[in-house]
Amino acid sequence: MNKRAFLAGLALAVAAGIGTLFWLGHREHDVAPVSSIVRPDESIQLVERGRYLARLGNCMGCHTEPGGAPYAGGRALPTPFGTFYGPNLTPDPEHGLGRWSAEDFWRALHHGKAPDGRLLYPAFPYPSYRYVSREDADALYAYLRSLPAVAKPDRDHDLAFPYDQRWLVAVWRAFYFRPTEREAAVAGQSEEWLRGRYLVEGLAHCAECHTPRNRLGAMVPEAGLAGSLIGGQSWYAPPLTGDRKTGLGEWTRQDIVDLLKTGISRHSHAAGPMAEAVHQGFQYASDADLDAMAAYLKSLPAAGTDTAALSAAAPASLMELGGKLYEQHCAQCHGADGKGQPPAWPPLAGNLSVVAVAPDNAIHMVLSGGFAPSTAGNPQPHGMPPFAQALGDQDVAAVVTYIRQSWGNQASAVSLPEVRRVREAVR
Amino acid sequence: MPFVLHKYKLLWGLAAMALAAPLAAQQSGKLEPNTMAARMAACTACHGSQGRAGPDGYYPRIAGKPADYLYNQLVYFRSGQRQYRPMQNLLEHMSDDYLRQIAEWFSGQHPPYADPSPSRLPAAVLDRGRQLVMEGDPRRGVPACVACHGASLTGVLPAVPALVGLPHDYISSQFGAWTNGLRKAIEPDCMADIARRMTPEDVSAVAGWLSSQPVRSATPSSGLPAPPPMECGSQMRVEVRQ
Repeated sequence: MNKRAFLAGLALAVAAGIGTLFWLGHREHDVAPVSSIVRPDESIQLVERGRYLARLGNCMGCHTEPGGAPYAGGRALPTPFGTFYGPNLTPDPEHGLGRWSAEDFWRALHHGKAPDGRLLYPAFPYPSYRYVSREDADALYAYLRSLPAVAKPDRDHDLAFPYDQRWLVAVWRAFYFRPTEREAAVAGQSEEWLRGRYLVEGLAHCAECHTPRNRLGAMVPEAGLAGSLIGGQSWYAPPLTGDRKTGLGEWTRQDIVDLLKTGISRHSHAAGPMAEAVHQGFQYASDADLDAMAAYLKSLPAAGTDTAALSAAAPASLMELGGKLYEQHCAQCHGADGKGQPPAWPPLAGNLSVVAVAPDNAIHMVLSGGFAPSTAGNPQPHGMPPFAQALGDQDVAAVVTYIRQSWGNQASAVSLPEVRRVREAVR
Repeated sequence: MPFVLHKYKLLWGLAAMALAAPLAAQQSGKLEPNTMAARMAACTACHGSQGRAGPDGYYPRIAGKPADYLYNQLVYFRSGQRQYRPMQNLLEHMSDDYLRQIAEWFSGQHPPYADPSPSRLPAAVLDRGRQLVMEGDPRRGVPACVACHGASLTGVLPAVPALVGLPHDYISSQFGAWTNGLRKAIEPDCMADIARRMTPEDVSAVAGWLSSQPVRSATPSSGLPAPPPMECGSQMRVEVRQ
């Protein structure tokens, strides 16, 4: 009898636990829903506003594959959990958003749910987009409705077990997602700062790359924009905090605006995913919005990343080999003093990508080379040659160690496994 | 964090390794910033100074090729229609305007040609190669190379490339890429159709004969004496654009 009562109690407790998780994973905040209030005479302006916002947020980054129809989906997003494929956002009724209402679209951005209630994977960055206002969501919706419909079916995500079990998203959300209507109120901040925070934390979704994540891929909000490896891509998003060596401490507002607008600044160039964000997005943003973002970023305090990145000196033999290779392959453009010749050739002394706690970006650039994005402000960027075939792993480790420990740079020496990890990813 | 590796990424890596012999960044003289020669250092590291061809027998000459041909290839690399990871990495964030300027700059370069390396293929095979280039293989529906690429094989404006001055390995690997869909042009994709009609022996014979021809000048012809035997999407696109 006792055993029976115990089992019944246990079953009840388990059911209650599951019920709580389900509720936490599916809850929405209890503010009365705002309905779309668009007058027809506003619709053209709304579409233009939406076009602007879609660029600023680089929606194409996931929703357009290279050479594919705009916003018709298919772009691969590699992550530590598998590869996601951005869905079709064109108004095709079968394969796109043709049957979605403005309300449905808002719910997806804000609550991370499809119209049928299905929970969306947070690879779609709704933990950031939850801050996007209803007005901006409506503008994005209007813009997407104005695109030509493309009958292209979505490609299924290619995820490892257990991440392919969509119902588990409810559990993830129960722990890591809080539906919120807007960011916390702060007293005494300017309109500009508030606008900057709204863009940085919302549509521009900077935190999705620049905030560290835990093992289950959830951002660690208390860490702030302190820099993070971008899982699955072998790129490191540097700190945007006020740290002097590894963050934006020595950058002026104008330096930040320059990088976002043109892809280059006097400190460093945009590369990898940031080059894409500039090329497809930020170069089209208004100076006022970029300046607001810079104002907000410049207000962030240091996060202690300088100390974390500081490292002991590398073995002399490694530095000697690195120095020789640098002289042979790099010094012509970047200079024996590491100062480069900006804007053509970026400095390596004090370059955020060079002194970062993770050496991935510097290794990546040495292996793959690359151009800064071509933008209206820098239409003909200079190219860095790829050295993946000319230099072996040991040489790459040596030359990257050399640039990380010369001219006042004091970042860690590079190991062979670190080079191999990036080489695997760039193939 | 674990890194996810695509199957095709691995294959691509292997293919790139197999094709790409070690290269040495060879620049002539000091680069002056804000010149096209300096901007293009990422290209000339493999394709040689001014795009004259790499020293390793794989990277093709791009100097002097018709600008529309080069522009098409840059666009195809960027979109992945022509798959070669190192090129795609470099071109990812480039505007159409800059790609056009790059194509025009390389098209305007005319560095001297290196002497061709004599082919190691038997004379009978090279003779078969010459026959295919000059006459094609009507039984298989393979047109003569000269019918589109010009009687001197130096290309035809606006967008047909020269076939002389290219390394054997580069030519034969392009036929492989057309056959298995790694190099695609706008439909109708004439070269893919032709490549699928040819045997591996024929490809080798053509590559051997073409790569062993000496080149004195490779100025593209301004036009063909007769209409081309096949329709090619990449040529029609150029005509539409003009």
